[in-house]
Amino acid sequence: MELEPVIGLEIHAQLLTKSKIFCGCSTAFGASPNTHTCPICVAMPGVLPVLNREVVEFAMKMGLATHCTIAPSSQFARKNYFYPDLPKGYQISQYELPLAVNGWVDIETEKGPKRIRIHRIHMEEDAGKLVHDEFQPMSYVDYNRTGVPLIEIVSEPDMGTSEEAAAYLRTLREILRYLEICDGNMEEGSFRCDANISLRPVGTEALGVKTELKNMNSFRNVQRALDFEIRRQRALIERNEPVVQETRLWDVARNVTISMRGKEEAHDYRYFPDPDLVPVVVSDSWVASVRETLPELPEAKRERFMAQYNLPLYDAQVLTSSKALAVYFETATAEFPQPKTVSNWIMSELMKQLKRDEREIEDCPVPPENLAELLSLMDTGVISGKIAKTVFDDMYTTGRKAKAIVEEKGLTQVKDEGAIEAIINEILRENPTEVELYRGGKEKLFSFFVGQAMRKTKGKANPQLVNEILRSKLANEER
Amino acid sequence: MKEKITRQEVRHVAQLARLELSEEEEKQMTAKMNQVLTYMEKLNSLDTSRVPHMTHAIQLQNVFRPDEVLPSMDREQILANAPECDGVSFLVPKVI
Repeated sequence: MELEPVIGLEIHAQLLTKSKIFCGCSTAFGASPNTHTCPICVAMPGVLPVLNREVVEFAMKMGLATHCTIAPSSQFARKNYFYPDLPKGYQISQYELPLAVNGWVDIETEKGPKRIRIHRIHMEEDAGKLVHDEFQPMSYVDYNRTGVPLIEIVSEPDMGTSEEAAAYLRTLREILRYLEICDGNMEEGSFRCDANISLRPVGTEALGVKTELKNMNSFRNVQRALDFEIRRQRALIERNEPVVQETRLWDVARNVTISMRGKEEAHDYRYFPDPDLVPVVVSDSWVASVRETLPELPEAKRERFMAQYNLPLYDAQVLTSSKALAVYFETATAEFPQPKTVSNWIMSELMKQLKRDEREIEDCPVPPENLAELLSLMDTGVISGKIAKTVFDDMYTTGRKAKAIVEEKGLTQVKDEGAIEAIINEILRENPTEVELYRGGKEKLFSFFVGQAMRKTKGKANPQLVNEILRSKLANEER
Repeated sequence: MKEKITRQEVRHVAQLARLELSEEEEKQMTAKMNQVLTYMEKLNSLDTSRVPHMTHAIQLQNVFRPDEVLPSMDREQILANAPECDGVSFLVPKVI
């Protein structure tokens, strides 16, 4: 029996509002514990939460960007559970009436684009952070994160492989970052993912028993956890053993998922509408005004890059993977209108350096105008392509402009035929044995002479001229 | 009279609320909760089939605040009522 995985993802994205969802405390990350708290955060009796309007707008943006329907009226609900990360004894979330429903995004797969449906997007508050003492039976509670706004994005079970799940995650993260409503940092937890996964015989419709995977804080871990779980469930089914519906944690050190059975109470959240929060009623005109603020989204930009700049899909995908990178490319291309050359330099030289330093394009020491200037110098023959790479390294390290570096270091390409001829004569004189061998038929030695010429000119000689002159010299003497 | 809530359910709710009930308390709670629920049952005698779904008794919607950071409370004050703290964090029994 051939089995296929069925995967659905629940994504929690922290919204980049300045203040919390229901009070004016700051959402800034990394403050000393409990310094961003107030009576609302710690659930003192008698307090009233008041909804941050920006949270609704941000959530609407994501809803519209993923083709959801915005509910004309939505409502907050209490999700009841007792755990010290939430002092109220419940989390304020949305249940029966979420803000956005029935959307979709297209992801790129090996077999071409695939549509993943989005079941719902709702708003909720984040919980606090617990640090467990290693030696005492005690936990330290920090409520700074309590009340930081989240949206939960729930997909339909439309993914069939861990690669598709990763592609869906990347797509959503890109959109969130384009909208500038979430920084998408998985390691810091501002973009989190839980996965529901089950297996079923190929060709059948009914879903198998699923497990829920948690604790995966990188794209790689999501993929590895899913792959492990697919193998684990397949083995169970093949042995005719039941898959148990449960929550499992990804253990990054051991590369396995482990059962949380017994450690967690049965889910019984007893949701009910929160009487403290009145309905959110969204008019058509409000939706329209938010829609107007949407930027060009990754998919549209990708298509435009391919059409307008005649770039291959791969280049367009890389360049639109972040809004800042796309802006960088377009700024450089406006100054140096050879898109493919700009793209090549960004994807090779520039990204290599950024990757090595774990820097984002936003912190790139070479502004796009400076890259364009360097490429112009290369294009007009002032410097050779080889020299351009070393100049670029210099620009990256020092932040200086190409022209200044070229002038200071005297890197201007030697295009004076007389000068190159003189150098070549010198080389032929100094290497009589090699000349002899070459003329005797060992033509591979040609590159040796080119190398010598480049060394003598510190790479500045125009390679075409060197080739031409060398060829004629080596041939001439033969006669 | 049919029971609205069983001993079993009371035990479950108590567990969710992290309450430890003795045999006697369980029995009492079951009886009391049954009384409350029976009383609430009266509401069902009203015909609400033509009343639209509502979550609030007041006609209020879209109560918002602008996205502005306001000063938080002094940490000392926030922690003042904590059963246990170390001056920085609340301390609670370890639950994993």
